[in-house]
Order: sequence, then C-alpha cells, then structure tokens
Amino acid sequence: MLKIVKNIGLAAMIILGSVSFANASGGSSFEIKKNDWPHAGPFGKFDKPALQRGLQVYKEVCSACHSLNMVAFRELTALGYNMDELKAFAAEYEFPNGTDDEGEEVFRKGKPHDYFPAPFASEAEARDSNNGALPPDFSLLAKSREHLSMFTPWNSLYGEDYIVGILTTYHEGNPNGDEMTDGMYFNEMFLGNMIAMAPPLSDDLVEYADGTKATTQQMAHDVATFMYWAAEPKMEDRKRMGLKVIIFMTILTIMLYFVNKSVWRKVKKGDDLV
Amino acid sequence: MGSSTYMPKSKVGKWFEERLPIMGLMHSTLGAGYNAPRNLNYWWNFGSLAGFMLVVQILTGIILVMHYTPNVDLAFRSVEHIMRDVNYGWLMRYTHSNGASMFFVVVYVHILRGMYFGSYKSPREVLWFLGLVIYLLMMATGFMGYVLPWGQMSFWGATVITNLFGAFDFYNGMGESILHLLWGGFSVDNPTLQRFFSLHYLFPFIIVGVVILHIWALHLPGSNNPLGIDAKGPGDKIPFHPYYTAKDALGLSFFIVIFALFVFYMPNIMGEPDNYIEANPMVTPSHIVPEWYYLPFYTILKAVPDKLFGVIAMFFSILIFFVLPWLDGSKVRSAKFRPATAFFFWLFLVNAIFLGYLGTKLPSEIIINMGGGIDALTLGRIASVFYFAYFIVIIPVVSRMETTKPVPTSIAQSVLDARKEG
Repeated sequence: MLKIVKNIGLAAMIILGSVSFANASGGSSFEIKKNDWPHAGPFGKFDKPALQRGLQVYKEVCSACHSLNMVAFRELTALGYNMDELKAFAAEYEFPNGTDDEGEEVFRKGKPHDYFPAPFASEAEARDSNNGALPPDFSLLAKSREHLSMFTPWNSLYGEDYIVGILTTYHEGNPNGDEMTDGMYFNEMFLGNMIAMAPPLSDDLVEYADGTKATTQQMAHDVATFMYWAAEPKMEDRKRMGLKVIIFMTILTIMLYFVNKSVWRKVKKGDDLV
Repeated sequence: MGSSTYMPKSKVGKWFEERLPIMGLMHSTLGAGYNAPRNLNYWWNFGSLAGFMLVVQILTGIILVMHYTPNVDLAFRSVEHIMRDVNYGWLMRYTHSNGASMFFVVVYVHILRGMYFGSYKSPREVLWFLGLVIYLLMMATGFMGYVLPWGQMSFWGATVITNLFGAFDFYNGMGESILHLLWGGFSVDNPTLQRFFSLHYLFPFIIVGVVILHIWALHLPGSNNPLGIDAKGPGDKIPFHPYYTAKDALGLSFFIVIFALFVFYMPNIMGEPDNYIEANPMVTPSHIVPEWYYLPFYTILKAVPDKLFGVIAMFFSILIFFVLPWLDGSKVRSAKFRPATAFFFWLFLVNAIFLGYLGTKLPSEIIINMGGGIDALTLGRIASVFYFAYFIVIIPVVSRMETTKPVPTSIAQSVLDARKEG
C-alpha cells in the first residue's frame, strides 16, 4: 500500500514540476513600466512637493473633464498647505448659495469644508461633451486600477504606474496598422488600446509654481502621486500606527514565548509523570 | 458544561455563585476546571483564534454600522466617508475587511486540522456538524458583507451568486420566485442591499449561538489530540489554565502580528480593485470573481456544463463534509498513524488550493503550456473529479484497507517514551 502511495506521489510531483504557469497579460503585448514611488513600501511617505505639483496639474488640466467628488479642500493640508493658503485656494471656486429676493441664483466663494466641484452637472452632460465617453471620477481611480498579487508580488501592478502609463504611452495612429475608430486614440496601457481621451499632457503645458520643468513624464508622475493620495489619504497614519502596533505585538509575543515556556517547563518533559 | 468544582474564595463570590453559577461555568469551560489533553500542538490554537476573529468582526462591524448607510445611492459614499472622515474609520474598515479573510484562514486551518487528526470521528460527530454549520453561516455572512460597500464587484458578485438559486427551477416559475424573494424585486437593487445588510448584522449573533453549542459539544468528550487516542488517566490531561491559556495567548499575539501586517501594510491585497468603482448595473466588469475563500467552490460550479447540476455540485462539495465521519471507516483517528490517509490528505489540500487558483482564471485561459495547451476549464474538471473522488472513493477505501502504525497505549505513555529516547 505504502509503495503505491509513494509512486503516485512521485508521479504527481513530476507532473506538477513540469507545469509552467502561463502568464495572463490581458491580450496587450505592451509592457508596463514600473516607477519608484516615494510613498511605496512600509516606510513610504508622500512626496509633498510632488503632491502640490500634481494638484496643480489636476486643477489646470484634468479638472476640465474629471471630477474629484470625494475630496474636500480642507484635506489639502496634507499636501503641506497652511490654513490661509487653503482658504485662498477654496475661494477660487464658486458654489451656488440659494437665491436672492428676486429668485435669481446666488453664488458664494468656496470654503475649506467644500468639496471639489464636478466639471459636469450630470453623466449625460459629461458624455455629451466627451464624444460619448464618461471621464471617470479621480477620488478612487488609483486604487481601482491596481492589481496586487500576494503570491507573485513582482506581478503586482500599482494604480500609479497604470496612470503614468496611460498618460505617457499614446501613439499617433495605430502601430498595429489597423484602422482607428473616429475620436479614439491609441494607448498602450488602456484595455483594448483604444481610449476616448485625447493625449492630455504635452511638455510645458503647465508652469509649475516651484520651477520644476514640466515634462510630460514629470506631470504624469506628479498627478499620479496626487491621485494616489486622493484615493488613500490616510496612508501615512496607517503606516505610522502599523509600525507601533507591530513593534508592540512583537515584543509582547517574545515575552509570551518565555511565559509559555516557563509555564510548560515541567509538563513538557513529563517530569510530573515520574 | 454542567457540574463544576469551582469554589469562590470571597464571601461575595460565594453569595453570587449560589445565585448564578456563571463563574463556575467559565472555570469549567476555559479555566483550571477544564482538563485538556497534555499533548495538543499549535494546530489546536486555531479554535481560539477563530473565536477571537468572531469578536473582532462583531466589534468592528458594530462601529462601522454607526457610520454606514444601506442605500444604493449612499452606501459607496458612506464607506468612503468612513475611510476619510471618521476618526480611525480606515482602521475599523480595513480591520473588518481583512478580518473576514483572516477569519476564513483560521477556520480553514481549524477544519483541516480536524480532518488530519480525525477530530470528526466518534464521539465528536455533532461537534463536527456544528462546526460545519458555523462555516456555512460564515460563508453567507461573508458574501452579504461583501455586497454592502456597493462597489462593482459587490453588485456583480451579488448578481452572479443570487442567480445561482434561479437554477432550482423545478416547476414553472419556481426559480424566478426564489430570485424575487432573494432580491426583494426584479434585480439586485436597493431592497437587496437592505435585506443583505439586515441579515449581515443578524448572522454573526446566530454564529455566536452555534459557537456556544460547538464548545458545549466539545466539552462532553473533551478535545481530540494529535495522537487521536482517548485521554483517560489523570496523567493524560492538564488543566486548561494556565497551560493552554498561556499557549493560546502566545499564538494569539503572534497571529495579531500577521493580521496587523495585512491591515496596516497591504490592506487591499485580498480585495478586488473593481470594488473601488461604485456599482453600475449598466457596466459589467470584464471578469467577475468572488472573494478568495469561495474560489475552490466557484471552480467546481464552473466545471459542470449544466447550470442546475453545477449548483448542486457546488453545494454538495461542502455538504459532503457532513458524512465524513461515516465515510472514514478507520478505527484509528489520527493520520499520524495512517500514512496513506496522510498522503491523500495533503494531496486533497494541494488540489483544493489548485481549485482556488483556477477560480480566478477564465475557463478558456491556458494554464499549462503542454501540447496544445491545457485550459482552466479542463483542469478545473480534473481537479473537481479528484475533489469528489477523495470523499466518495479514496477515504472509504483507504481508511478500511490501510495498515495503520502501532498507536501508543496512552498520552502519558507517549510522553514517557519520548523522555526515554531523548
């Protein structure tokens, strides 16, 4: 009986050993480029200058079509702004504020508790202005495009890398030689390679307040950093608390190891039985 | 539970104990009054870990409900409100969402430990049943909880899973009636979300009730042990406290370190990124996958060409665990003395993990680059056949034919033997 079992086991191991797992690439033959993100890793922190530049790119370029519904101005303190700068930033926006005595709509200046206003009043309006496509909201985009792999971490794809990929891998025409649909652009990163968004960035499109040269790559990097912050604003708090919890629990575990050992000393070896 | 040797030292304690012997109950179930086999290894830690996870899920869940809104227009936003605005809301939500996964991890280990060491065998069949009932309730609770954030995978997962029940279309309109009852309407919509929310809050407390029965059923025969022999003599047992309270505390502390690594450093690794997109009935995700803990059963479902029989096979793949005590005809409990059983157990485990891996793949995806390529569907069928063959053929035959190794006469004797050797 045992011998049969061993033979079956050996056969199973040989079969399993010869299995090479095919890598699912989703049909696209383009490689995703991985970037180094200062906020990645267990001690990673947000790069505040990059966040501020990213906010500038969002405000001056992306926000023409993309909403950021879940982020309030008050949260921008995390980017390194003080309260006065924040109030000034919010005041650049206008919000409806009821009606006056004659029934006319009245507007007021934005305040820190206001949320970023959406560029379009409705999905229909957004689609109508964008050739039928709906520009997605930015609040969680970075998190909804990541593909993390627990068992093969090197296959993980960060949402930030995806965003940089989208912004920097446009082609003129279709490199495969196929015809392009009207109003569509070829993009290496996008599923199916056809994207309705025209290339949004070009060198020196914005003039950075901090003097950084605004290359397409730089702007893509900055806005991706900003979008990751928008999706996971509590990341620094989370990692900071995590470090404390893990140090505390590790020390407690070591102490409990010795407690347990001393409790079991006699019983373990059977001294109580002799 | 029942009789207790607990003697309160203080006068107040005595007065109270005469009126409500709850301290005596604690003493005899989790304290020095409960004697457990002296040789339990670390695999026996996972019962208390499962109990801990149940408490964590209930506590974090109660706090989450304080800020969550079960409405299709508000649910997604209210979860993000918890993540962004509520003090430590992100901690509660990540603990709860990763806690569900950790709960399943420890419960799977707990079940597999029972399988390996024969804990389901006489006289512990009812204990085993109650454990399986807890597991089924957990599956339902986990599924309904996953729907609550109302993301894309919540909505489409709910659509796919509820539609399975439509397969029970035994007479005209029956399948549809079942679906309408589950949905509270004609598709997954607001009534579905609200009933799932209600039941997601209710089920954990039913689980608590069944856990109490599970512990009650445990304390009549007492714990099984790695040798699988009955603990009889006084030398075979030691008081639960301080021995197993110390050991459980150590295991729990280590477990929390692992748990914390997920919550604080990779909180989204076990979730689907699509669930950070708000549910949209007009847009179907390219690939609908359930949570990882359902994946092996999902593969079995997909392996059967007929919908009704696929659903039946899926339910059967879990319900078959209920007859395990009778499929296994061996007189010896522990696989430690049953080499063939042990070998097939590990093969079953590898196969189950492989089934789970296949669950994430599209049926047509090529998994093995051999010959013309073998796709996920073919492999899923082979693995599903092995899964059922393990229960229906391998266990009944192997357990009855296998020559077992000599079993020690008592737990105390095995300790003394080990002492002599080393």
